Amino acid sequence: MTYSLAELMVCAASRVFDQDGEVLATGIGLLPRLAASLAMRTSNPDMMMTDSQSFMLSTPNPVSGFEGHATQANENWMGFARIFDNVWSGKRHALVGPSQIDRFGQTNISALGGTYNAPKVQLLGVRGFPGNSISHANSFFVPKHSTRTFVAGECDVVCSIGYNPARLPKGYSMDDIDIRQVITDLCVMDFKGPDHQLRVVSLHPGVTLEEVQANTGFELAVAESLSVTEAPSDEQLAIIEQLDPKNARAKQLKDNPPGVRPSPQEA
Amino acid sequence: MDKLLGARDAVAAIQDGMTVGIGGWGPRRKPMALVRELLRSDVKDLTVVSYGGADVGLLCAAGKVRKVIFAFVSLDFMPLEPAFRKVRESGAIEVMEMDEGMMLLGLRAAAWGVPFIPTQVGLGTDVIKNNPGLAVIDSPYDDKEWVAVPALKLDVSLIHASHASRRGVCEIASPDHYMDDWFARAAAHTIVSTDSLVDDSHFHDSNVARRVFWERAETQAVVHTAAGAHPTSNDPTHGFDVAHFKHYAQLITEGGYSAWADTYLGADEAEYLSAVGGVDAIHALPLPVY
Repeated sequence: MTYSLAELMVCAASRVFDQDGEVLATGIGLLPRLAASLAMRTSNPDMMMTDSQSFMLSTPNPVSGFEGHATQANENWMGFARIFDNVWSGKRHALVGPSQIDRFGQTNISALGGTYNAPKVQLLGVRGFPGNSISHANSFFVPKHSTRTFVAGECDVVCSIGYNPARLPKGYSMDDIDIRQVITDLCVMDFKGPDHQLRVVSLHPGVTLEEVQANTGFELAVAESLSVTEAPSDEQLAIIEQLDPKNARAKQLKDNPPGVRPSPQEA
Repeated sequence: MDKLLGARDAVAAIQDGMTVGIGGWGPRRKPMALVRELLRSDVKDLTVVSYGGADVGLLCAAGKVRKVIFAFVSLDFMPLEPAFRKVRESGAIEVMEMDEGMMLLGLRAAAWGVPFIPTQVGLGTDVIKNNPGLAVIDSPYDDKEWVAVPALKLDVSLIHASHASRRGVCEIASPDHYMDDWFARAAAHTIVSTDSLVDDSHFHDSNVARRVFWERAETQAVVHTAAGAHPTSNDPTHGFDVAHFKHYAQLITEGGYSAWADTYLGADEAEYLSAVGGVDAIHALPLPVY
């Protein structure tokens, strides 16, 4: 069965939740949310999920073609103030798409360039990144793997704690920080290289290690068991179709590329 | 006690240099009629504390603000608030940027009368570096360091409630009351706007009384508005006004604050409502689906 790169990324990203058990999975953005929803429908039915507004659900809402919140499968009220009670309990795993990620796994969604008092580009603000990063597991979803995202130096504004010895708070060890996986349009990575170095775990079909390294602003480690990212199963694709009946996933990556790259001769 | 006031008289409680908290969240249930009254006033040098949207954007663009205490400023469907972005990039305002849960702790500290609340949130990030006033302290109980989030004491809070009585009993009928209860409790003076002024008997139903999240002693003034949250949503009455926000973004980006104000603000709410298409059109705005 053919599949798109977006579907490959969603399936790879859904696996970050496989072993989580009863935690609140929060996917920010359409593809991360689809990934979390897919995990809840397949590998981890114990997962918890919100309606992205104010209730927790016993089964995820579709990410497209959804008529309204009136008929959803509510489990409990979960307003914004109460989200922090969950965040600080540690029973959460967020899958987010930062604008910058550095070699320490620190991220930025606040501002780019200039000075802090007058940034060249104001982004969202730190939002909940500081609290998420020190309280619970986090994984990253990067739609366009480039040196703009994987920056050479430290992030312009460090919004989340990472594996940076210079910033490790008193009384903390690196084991207190829990960054799980990074899913990009080229590969899957984790922070299990030497001294928590970012490490390539699997390459998407047709992608080379050289290409991944060339698009990363710092040196990557490579897993001994480096493999090709597992293709979506028919079951996964069928559930993705149910969760996204209007095919909104096709509009998330530029030109909606196929999951298996055509070889240079074909392209 | 009758707390009902006109918008202009209520907002007159806000003076130059005050710290003002604004309830709601991004483009959702913001007390925009009260914000517009501030825009029409001479008040300046405000410190604004908000889970920000166009409330923060407009006040900054209009030159009313000295400092913003924020975790984000966003319109949801339009992730980056255009007016805030412009002002921030010009370097014209001071900021205290913190995690959104930290801000909640600051409001709680103010509400509870304690100088700070300790948290792990912010450690290892630039929230500490960029806020030299934010203390990191040792604990008397363990060997770790902790961020001491200072009480965010507010002179005035502005909140939009679904229903309110003249005595200041406020119901939030939307799916989430956000941090509105903490804004009310953290402030010396809370002004609540509502499109639905109700009698005391409205609250007799226990399901309604359960949607009252702070006591009337925390509310000092009630303002009766028509579509007072527009262009933000006031679930379940209406959604946010996507078309208006798009035009707002265009006007602000191309012509600055005056382009928006000349087109929409008006001398009072009646003029504003007529400029944006009237109350019936606002009530017909569909609720957002997430």
